[in-house]
Amino acid sequence: MQQSYLFEYLPILVFLGIALGLAVAILLASWLIAPQHPEREKLSAYECGFEPFDDARGRFDVRFYLVAILFIIFDLEVAFLFPWAVALGDIGVFGFWSMMLFLAVLTVGFAYEWKKGALEWE
Amino acid sequence: MTIALFVFYVFALVTTASAVMVIAARNPVHSVLFLILAFVSSAGLFVLLGAEFLAMVLVVVYVGAVAVLFLFVVMMLDIDFVQLREGFLQYLPVGALVGLVLLVELALVFGTQAVETAAVDMPPTAPPGVTNTEALGSLLYTRYFYLFQTAGAILLVAIVGAITLTLRHRPDAKRQDISRQVHRRPSDTLEVRKVRPRSGI
Repeated sequence: MQQSYLFEYLPILVFLGIALGLAVAILLASWLIAPQHPEREKLSAYECGFEPFDDARGRFDVRFYLVAILFIIFDLEVAFLFPWAVALGDIGVFGFWSMMLFLAVLTVGFAYEWKKGALEWE
Repeated sequence: MTIALFVFYVFALVTTASAVMVIAARNPVHSVLFLILAFVSSAGLFVLLGAEFLAMVLVVVYVGAVAVLFLFVVMMLDIDFVQLREGFLQYLPVGALVGLVLLVELALVFGTQAVETAAVDMPPTAPPGVTNTEALGSLLYTRYFYLFQTAGAILLVAIVGAITLTLRHRPDAKRQDISRQVHRRPSDTLEVRKVRPRSGI
C-alpha cells in the first residue's frame, strides 16, 4: 500500500526535477551567453542623482498586513473544512455540530470585522 | 524503496541546510526565502511519511500565507542593519543566557527519557484503505472536540487582535456611501435662481 501511495507522487518528483533543471539551465545560460561589460560608470548616479540600484525594501502601509492576516485566518478555517467534508459520513451528528460551532465562533469574528470596517479599503 | 530513501535524504538535507541559512543569512529577505524553502522541503518529508493532508496544508497555509506575512513584516521594519549590528556585543550576554536555558531544557527532555522512543520511531499509520485526510477527519472533530474548538477561539482572538492593533480609520479619507448616493435627489442640491442684470446673488 505504501509503495503504490508513493508511486502516485512520482510525477510530482519528476516535475520538481524538471523545474530545478530548467531554473539552473536558464540562470547558467544567461550567465554564460549574455555579454558582460562591468563598468564603474554604470553604477554611478545619473540624471538628477538617481541611484541605479537601491534597496528594494520600502515601507508598506499597515493595512496590507491586516488584509494578509485576515486572509490567513480564513484560509485556516477552510483548511479545517476539508477533512470534515471527507469524514462527514463517519463522524455523525456530533461531528457535524462540532464544525457548526467552530464556524459560528469564526462568524462572530467575521461580523466584528465587517462592522468595524476592516474589509473596506477607503 | 531506494528512491524513497534517496528523496528522504535530499529533502532532509535541504530542510536542515535552509533552516541554518534562515538564521545565518545577512539579508532578512533572503532568510524569509530560505524559510519558504524549508517549509516546502518539510512538506516533501510529510508526503514521504504518508501525511498527505499535512503536507498540502503546510504548503497552502505556511508557504502561501505565513511566508507572505513574514515578507510584509520584513518590509515594514525599516531597520538599519549596520546600526543593528553595532549593539551585538551588548546583547551577547543576554542572548547567551537564553540559549543556555534552552539547551538545559532540551537536555532535561532528552536526558530523562520522557520521550518514548517507540512512539517517535514509528510513524502512526492509518488502517489500509483509509486515506490520511479521512483518518484525520474521523478524529479531529469528535475525539479532539475541545482542542478543535480552542483552535476556533484562538482564531477569533487573532481576528480581534489584528483589527484592534492595525485598523486605523482616516477621518480625512472620502468614503463611498452607496445608499446616500442613491437617495440623493436633484432638489436637495440644485436650485434655480433668477439673476437680475448688474446685481449678484
